[in-house]
Order: sequence, then structure tokens, then C-alpha cells
Amino acid sequence: MTATTTSARSDLSELGRSETALRTFLHGLPGVDQVGAEQRAAQLGTRSIKTTAKAQAIDLAIRMVDLTTLEGADTPGKVRALAAKALRPDPADPSCPHVGAVCVYPAMVPYVAEVLRGSAVHLASVATAFPSGQAPMEIKLADTRAAVEAGADEIDMVINRGAFLAGRYAEVYDEIAATKQACGDAHLKVILETGELATYDNVRRASWLAMLAGGDFIKTSTGKVPVAATLPVTLVMLEAVRDFRAATGRQVGVKPAGGIKTTKDAIKYLVMVNETVGPDWLDPDWFRFGASSLLNDLLMQRTKLTTGVYAGPDYFTLD
Amino acid sequence: MSERVAVRKTYKLFIGGKFPRSESGRSYLVQDSNVSLASRKDARDAVVAARAAVKGWAGATAYNRGQILYRVAEMLEGRREQFVALGVPGDEVDAATDRWVWYAGWSDKLAQVYGGANPVAGPYFNLSAPEPTGVVAVVAPEAPALLGLVSVIAPAIVTGNTVVVAASPSAPLAAVTLAEVLATSDLPGGVVNILTGRLSETVPTLAAHMDVNAIDLTGVTDGELAADLEVRAAENLKRVLRPVPGDHDWTADPGLGRMTALLETKTVWHPKGV
Repeated sequence: MTATTTSARSDLSELGRSETALRTFLHGLPGVDQVGAEQRAAQLGTRSIKTTAKAQAIDLAIRMVDLTTLEGADTPGKVRALAAKALRPDPADPSCPHVGAVCVYPAMVPYVAEVLRGSAVHLASVATAFPSGQAPMEIKLADTRAAVEAGADEIDMVINRGAFLAGRYAEVYDEIAATKQACGDAHLKVILETGELATYDNVRRASWLAMLAGGDFIKTSTGKVPVAATLPVTLVMLEAVRDFRAATGRQVGVKPAGGIKTTKDAIKYLVMVNETVGPDWLDPDWFRFGASSLLNDLLMQRTKLTTGVYAGPDYFTLD
Repeated sequence: MSERVAVRKTYKLFIGGKFPRSESGRSYLVQDSNVSLASRKDARDAVVAARAAVKGWAGATAYNRGQILYRVAEMLEGRREQFVALGVPGDEVDAATDRWVWYAGWSDKLAQVYGGANPVAGPYFNLSAPEPTGVVAVVAPEAPALLGLVSVIAPAIVTGNTVVVAASPSAPLAAVTLAEVLATSDLPGGVVNILTGRLSETVPTLAAHMDVNAIDLTGVTDGELAADLEVRAAENLKRVLRPVPGDHDWTADPGLGRMTALLETKTVWHPKGV
């Protein structure tokens, strides 16, 4: 268990004012026991979730999906179809819940907004020069404002990994804080791109940095680099949001994204959430899956539970 | 020197080119050997493996598929003694080997016999070509253990289908040994998947599975079970192959029926004289 120093509780909001204070705080975080974290994550992955518990887990996972398409080849027609699927993932079964959100590029936001208007499905847009984050600050902020104006109520920003890895924490902090301001009422999800952070210690530092700077959610990956969300990385991030709430009283959400393709994977994550941070986070407001192919697998498993017959991909939409 | 202890074999399933134990961990005894008792989840895993293999196998050239089937015959010939030791008559092993060769030869000839150019009243070439159905569930005949098995697997895969085979519950050793032959014959993993155990556990799952395109009920002798399986198969309009019950002469010329029953026809119209 990672007990974070709470003696500095009152000073946490002051950290962003000085590079030195930020560095001292982030490097003062306890190190992550790599072997321990991986073993714990693997152990939690062995739980057996069956029958009614599985049915509940599947419905919860469907409600947590951020149905995502982030491709150069996205067209208005494709994202409209995806948004329609988000509202009613299984047209054959009205009892199937809608997904958490649709996640698209800023240019596609207006088309999705048309379809989702009046529904409870959120509209997320990536911004800040996704996926590299390597663009001048004004451009990143303009990117964010444009997405919000077009109707996005959640913004997925990428942190500047170059600055983070070079140790320029204040620069990253300021970028996140400025983006948060540009978001206005929209929720800000901060993508850490853990596949490029190299160590769990860095993941923990980046998580704290993102939360200190005002992120409402911390997200593992863009899905554009080979290593995306893994169970141990998500475990480290869950521990960070738990400790952050203990230290500040503010709850921050977690979103693993990329590489989660099967119902089995999704249920492993849900077990880990429940065991690490508790049922407070078992809600689409506090935990999301960034995924596209995961939804069809969830629907196939759901159909298997309701009909008793193994379903096939021929009967679900290709998106 | 202590006396050498013999290495005994556990006969496992054949799924996706690998030899896993049953996910249920169960086994049963046949001829003093432990044989895996497949569960419905093994059947599900086998269908996933078979589906994954369709693209590569159906997409391979007919010539290449023929070569691989011929290679199976070569490997089978080399393991003749092993099958004889399991109680399969030598004549039957030879007949099974010859059957592989016979079907291997059909791989690049069936399209000429079963497809062709259709005369149409217009300036078009109109061509029909056979295409594989996809994933085929096969219930192997109870006997003969090897020849019967080969005679249902080879015609299904030679045209580009992939199969999930429920082996004869009473004679699974030949089936698992055949799997070892297939695993060493350049046959891509997942093209043939073999489940051993009770038919009543695995076959209803396969018959109802929405991702299986056809089912061959040759090995189902119980009329009631066969009817139930046909009803299950109707849900996604699977092709059902249900030979007339009764004694079948497996040594006779098999004809083209088993191959053509598991094919679809693709017809292409192409403008002529442009």
C-alpha cells in the first residue's frame, strides 16, 4: 500500500507555483514496487466472475465504454453511425444500456453532437495536438476551445511527454492548467501515454501532476503507441487517485484506453477497481474504458447470457 | 542402473495448432490412456481458433492447399506403425493415406468441375466459382477410427473451410495421433481442431453456435439427437450434412458429394467486348 505524505496537504495547491516545489514533491512520492504491482494485478485478474455477477459486470462495462474512433479515415457518415450505436448498442435488445461517451477528433464533433443531442451519452473529443502533443501552446488551446464550442463536453488532452521526461514539470503543469481553463465546463481527461513514460514511478508522478493541475480524469494512453493500457499501470493510477482523494478530498476518474478488446479483460479491470479504490469508482462518471472493438465483444457475451447460445461477429455492426 | 520408466502420453485436445488440456481439467480412460474430456468452453475456443484461420486458409491458393494435404499424407505414411500400435489395421492406415492424396489432388481441379462459364443472353462473361462455406463443425463417425475421420476432415478442408471435429468418443486415440500428424504437416494452426469426449457436451454447443457456418452430422447415430441438432442449426441457417443412417462403406470411392456440400457458389458478371 502506498501511503502518500499528507503532511503537505495544505500546501498541495501551492505546488504549481514553483518548479522546485513540484519536483521535490513528485520525486518525494514513494517508489512503485514493480514486481509487487505486476503480481497484484495478475492476481486480481484470476477472479472468476460468473452468471448474475457477470451479467451485471457486462452491463456496467457497456455503460463505461468511451466508444472511440480516431482515424485519419473518419468521415461524417462513419462517426454518425458510431454515435447511433452508442445510443443503442444492441438494436435487438432494448434492455441493453447505452455507452458512456463517444470519442472522436475535434473536426468530427459537430456530426456526433447532432446525433447525441438530448441523450445522456457524453461527447468526448481529443485535443491538444493529439496524439503527440508536440505543437505550440496557442494551437493546443485553440484546438481545445474549438472542440468545446462544437459541442464536446469532455476533452481528452495529451501531456507533453517530451517536457515531462526532461523534468520540466512546471511546463506540463501549466499546460494542463491552461487546458483545463480553456475547457470551461467540459471535463478534462489527461492522457499520460504510459507506454512512453518507461517506469511505474513516472506513471505515479505523472498521475499526481495531472491531478494537481486540475485534471478530472487520468487516462493511460492514446492508443497510438505499441504499449497501451495494462493492468499494472492502471493499478498504479488507481492507487494515485485513491491517495489523492485521501489527501485533498477531490475524486478523480481513471480511464484505461487501448488494447482492451475482450469482456474478460474488461472484467479484470472492474475487479481491480473494486479491490483498489472501492465501489465509489464503479460508475461511468469515475471509470471509463477507451475502446472500440471491446463493445462488440461485450454485446456478444451479453447475448450469450440472455440466449444461452454463443454469438458470432456476423450479427453485430462493424465499426 | 535402475530400470527405465516408460514415458506415458496424455492425449490432449488439438485447438489452434496447440495441444491444450481441456479447460475443465477432466479426462477419461481409453485403452489405458488418459484422454481429455472436452467441455463446451473448449468447443467455443475451438470455434474461435477455426474462425481466425479461415482468412489465411481460404485465401491460400488451391495449389498450396493441395501441397499441404499431400504433405499430411506423407507424414501419415511415416507414422503408420504408430497407428497400427493403437489397433488401427494396417490396411486402414494405407487407405486413409491414399484418401488424403486423392482429396489433395482435387484442390485445384474442383473449380473446373463444379464451377464454370454460364451461357447468358447478353454481352457478359458469367462465371460461377466455388467458395468455401467457412467454419464447419464435424461429428466424426464412430468407426472406422482413422479412415472415417480422414474421410470427413479432408473433403471439408481441401476447399478452404476450417473445421472443428468432435472425434469418436470410443476411439479418440487415432484422432489425437492424427492431430500430431497434422501439427507437423505445415497445416496452419486452427484449420483443423479436434475435440475428444462426449458428443452430448460439445456438439449441441457447436450446432447452436452463431459463428459456425455448417455442420456435418455423419457421426450422430441417435436420431433424436440428430433432430435436436438440426433444430439448433436452423437458428443461423447452417448448412447441415446428414447422411442416410446405416452402414456406410468407407473404403468405396467417396465421390465429390462431401466436398460440394460444404461450398457456396460465387457468380460474377463481367462485361464482354469492352
